Amino acid sequence: MGLFTMPSLGSDMESGTLAEWLVAPGDTVARGDAVAVVETQKGAIEIECFEAGTVQELKAQPGQVLAVGAPVAVILAAGEAAPEPEAAPAPAPPPAAPAPAAAPSAVERAGVGAVRASPAARLRAAELGVDLGGLRGSGPGGAIVLADVEAGGGGGTGKPASRLDEMRKAIAAAMTRAKQTIPHFYLSQTMDVQDAIDLLAVRNSEAPPEERILLGAVLLRAAALAAQKAETLNGHYTDGAFQPAAQVNPGLAVALRGGGLVAPALEDAPSMPLRETMAAMRDLVSRARAGRLTGSEMTRGTLTVSSLGGTGGEVMAGVIFPPQVALIGIGAPQLRPWVAGGRIVPRTVVTVTVAADHRVSGGRQAARFLSEFETLVSQPEAL
Amino acid sequence: MTQTDMRAVFLEELTRVAPDIDPAGVSDGDHLQDDLELDSMDILNLVAALHQRLGIEIPEADYPRIATAGAAAAYLSAAAAAD
Repeated sequence: MGLFTMPSLGSDMESGTLAEWLVAPGDTVARGDAVAVVETQKGAIEIECFEAGTVQELKAQPGQVLAVGAPVAVILAAGEAAPEPEAAPAPAPPPAAPAPAAAPSAVERAGVGAVRASPAARLRAAELGVDLGGLRGSGPGGAIVLADVEAGGGGGTGKPASRLDEMRKAIAAAMTRAKQTIPHFYLSQTMDVQDAIDLLAVRNSEAPPEERILLGAVLLRAAALAAQKAETLNGHYTDGAFQPAAQVNPGLAVALRGGGLVAPALEDAPSMPLRETMAAMRDLVSRARAGRLTGSEMTRGTLTVSSLGGTGGEVMAGVIFPPQVALIGIGAPQLRPWVAGGRIVPRTVVTVTVAADHRVSGGRQAARFLSEFETLVSQPEAL
Repeated sequence: MTQTDMRAVFLEELTRVAPDIDPAGVSDGDHLQDDLELDSMDILNLVAALHQRLGIEIPEADYPRIATAGAAAAYLSAAAAAD
């Protein structure tokens, strides 16, 4: 593999700040292993290597701002020669690009190496000039959370959440680009999900909390399976052409407190039975909250599923996340009068809205997706 | 465990599930979903954490009874006493 460079973690990313190395020279790595944590506008992301090998050299220091494509490390496959065999360990190259406007230089001073910390904690530490390495974490896996920084850094009343401001900026840029360049159209259908709710209520009443399944998992599974039959909704629009994706990796929109939003991908979701879908969702949401998503989760989404969950509005017509070509918006379930078998009965219904790119698909394909979705949720035991 | 202890345990698990909540800022009446912005996945993770920690299995039908720190402290100490 040779030179490992800063990957692009989104079409709008220009650079990232190396936060932490997860490997050291001499370590062997497998394909998909996380090698470093990079701070981006979208939070702290674990970046992975895509070939197995041995770490020969680290070419960047924690705190350094690295442009996409800048050398980060040398990782050699078995038997591969170093690209510059005679060279002594080179000095880390200077940052190849200026920091994004508000990339806080305090992050560099705060020494964020070799610790697990939530994005909010990293941010607060940077603001307070607190060294995360000197704190004890009380979060999952010993991660440092906001409260630890506040406790260790003497509290403070400074303005919080400029990291969230950064995330908002990234969202603003992507959403503005989406609305300016993607001709969106929308198609909605309201469908009966009472059978799915009833089935889950029975199963969950017999299950310990760890094994309970949320309606959101049923809806995500239905979306993933329906997307398999809707080729023109699943893929990327790049360089003026649509590239259908070979597998369905739905990005799951996760709202973060304070206004942040990330949509990590659930790779090959159609292959996961309902229980597995639920477990994967739980894992993604917890890691999104703790600031531990991976680079591939951030970039491999082929369409996005955004669900309002148990409470909220009943219809959501969303904005497509470029370069994807569709977003499935799922409103909060509503108890409504519903006609079934010629009678009016109270049923819980959900309105699913496809926002799609009209350059790539039309109403017929979106309608087919919705019809397939409805069929799937009407037979929940088959999911 | 007293209600005060239970409240502390509840807040500890709550902030583990939602690391960006400041436990000192949570008042007894704050609603998990409406005020603290927990979603259904967070609630499930909280219920699972309380199950692991206390051995108390909260059925879905009882979720409204732990919707605030105050209500949860009362519910959990009653459930622990009933064991």
